[in-house]
Amino acid sequence: MTKFIITITFAIGLLAAWPRAQQQAPQTPASQQPPPQQPTELAATIEGGGGAAPRLAIPEFIALSQDAETMATAKTITEVLWDDLNFEREFAFIPRDVYSSIPKATSFTDVPFDRWRELNADGLVMGTVQKVSSGFRVEMKLFNVRTAQVVYPRQYDGSNARLFAHTMSDELHKSQRALNGVARTRLTFDSDRDGERMTGTVQNRSIKEIYISDYDGERQTRVTTGRTLNIAPRWSPDGRSIAYTSYRRGGANLFISNIFQGTLDEVTKGDKVGENWLPAWSPDGTKLAFSSTRDGNPEIYIVNRDGSGLRRLTNNPSIDITPTWSPSGTQIAFTSDRSGSPQIYVVGVDGLNLSKKTSESYCDRPTWSPAPFNEIAFAARSGPGFDIRVLDLVTGLTKSLTFGEGTNESPAFSPNGRHIVFTSTRSGKTQVFTMARDGKNVRQITKAGNNYEPDWSK
Amino acid sequence: MKAARSIALLVACAALLTAVACGKKTPPVARPTPPPPPPAETAPPRPPAPPEPAREPVSVPPDPVRDDAISSASLDELNKNSPLKPVYFELDSSDLSAANQKTLDEDAALIKRYSSWTVTIEGHCDERGSAEYNLALGERRAMAARTYLISLGIAATRLRTVSYGKEFPFDPGHDEAAFAKNRRAHFVITSK
Repeated sequence: MTKFIITITFAIGLLAAWPRAQQQAPQTPASQQPPPQQPTELAATIEGGGGAAPRLAIPEFIALSQDAETMATAKTITEVLWDDLNFEREFAFIPRDVYSSIPKATSFTDVPFDRWRELNADGLVMGTVQKVSSGFRVEMKLFNVRTAQVVYPRQYDGSNARLFAHTMSDELHKSQRALNGVARTRLTFDSDRDGERMTGTVQNRSIKEIYISDYDGERQTRVTTGRTLNIAPRWSPDGRSIAYTSYRRGGANLFISNIFQGTLDEVTKGDKVGENWLPAWSPDGTKLAFSSTRDGNPEIYIVNRDGSGLRRLTNNPSIDITPTWSPSGTQIAFTSDRSGSPQIYVVGVDGLNLSKKTSESYCDRPTWSPAPFNEIAFAARSGPGFDIRVLDLVTGLTKSLTFGEGTNESPAFSPNGRHIVFTSTRSGKTQVFTMARDGKNVRQITKAGNNYEPDWSK
Repeated sequence: MKAARSIALLVACAALLTAVACGKKTPPVARPTPPPPPPAETAPPRPPAPPEPAREPVSVPPDPVRDDAISSASLDELNKNSPLKPVYFELDSSDLSAANQKTLDEDAALIKRYSSWTVTIEGHCDERGSAEYNLALGERRAMAARTYLISLGIAATRLRTVSYGKEFPFDPGHDEAAFAKNRRAHFVITSK
């Protein structure tokens, strides 16, 4: 269950859009099995009445054998699928507490559609879980409750209950709502949760290490063992590497952990390179923008991911730091205090056309949204702490997404632009949270230790 | 004039006499046989090796003589209670106040006195700044201290800087007293 192995026997084209991380696990022999018959796109989509969100019911998936493992898998898939679908808020849901009043189906052939109609359900997501030699075979069908027709049938072989659900959710969102869901995306952040201390000349210093997790905070896994400060991780666009700032050589330098090969790349090396902070991947994954003091004070540079081809972008005696790329890769936004206080600026990757984008008391950590949105999220000083704000680059308008619930920092967008991961002290220590792009649907991702500077896989 | 001449004559005679006297001493330079001393060094007749006991007492005095515990302390001991005092900054600022400069003057005197030290200046910030910008602000604070020390004559090569932003607070509290302690340039002696 801990390995995320899934064999997907359909819709291969869809998968190209998801992080390669998810498919990296070795394909099991099950992938050799002939694909089951998949009726090609019977009907299009379930619609809600009067343009409202479709109302779905998701009764517990049916375990086709009564062993504990199969039953637990069926239960987990149902719960995670509910959460995944709920996350995008594209569907309304028939509350689960009324399901008990409806006779349980034992297969796809004895579904009490009339009872679901009474509850005003538009769609019904049903599934069966069958134990097979390689793990489980899961069949899922989306029914149109009014017509009792199957709208969207899928079959999956695999062994990870959560990944079954994540895959279903992404495919339901894609097929029904033309939406790229994020159920199979991942987060990365740094954390002091291990309570380890840096040994050396100064006492009582808590180290930080890089972690990754699923988008919903499950399967939090440590990536680095530098026994030093490893901070501000950023997913490569292909989801296979994480660039971050590490002090393992003394000063701050850029490192890349290739997490599936288990290898480490040093991007900035040598005695004359100064301090190097906060790498950000270009959209094509070939370059990193970062800040360095190698020429005397913090400036923005672009470098190839192997450390070659260094190019300086800014030239100003003030601080220039924490760059982020526009989705097209033609512009860089960053923080500069050249006006006297930290503000967000945008400059072309050729170093031309600099413009100041904010005029607040203090702004930091700009993060450019993915297309089709054209926004920059940032942390703005507000009262004693910070709040997350989003600047619409088209209208020039800024809106706040948090309102002094603790201090809120370090925003990053989900790959579909509909969510933001950030840190907040609202529950006590500094923790990673996600929220929708309107500031609602706040979910706490981390609970152990303090957690900082998150990023969302592409 | 006569008197002057006779004095000159006397001086000349005296010089001559001295020269003669010296001349008398110089001939023995040729003497090639002062055997007593060489045997004293090279000959083995003195194996009791007194030089060794003689050395030990010599090596003991230096510690008390060098008046301070600083030079005898290990790096860890030194840095736990560092003789180099940190300087503290205002919110969002890297300006060195007059008090800071006085502190740095004293630090500079120590760094000059212990001329083999190399020192890392750490820049730190409080949590009222944001994590990313603080990395650069900490660097600016460390550089402010470094630049001032260099202006006092400390060799640049002895002073490195590193910024930890707000990653390593000295006081984990969340009040102004804690913040004030955490906005600092902190000195670590990295070799001696």
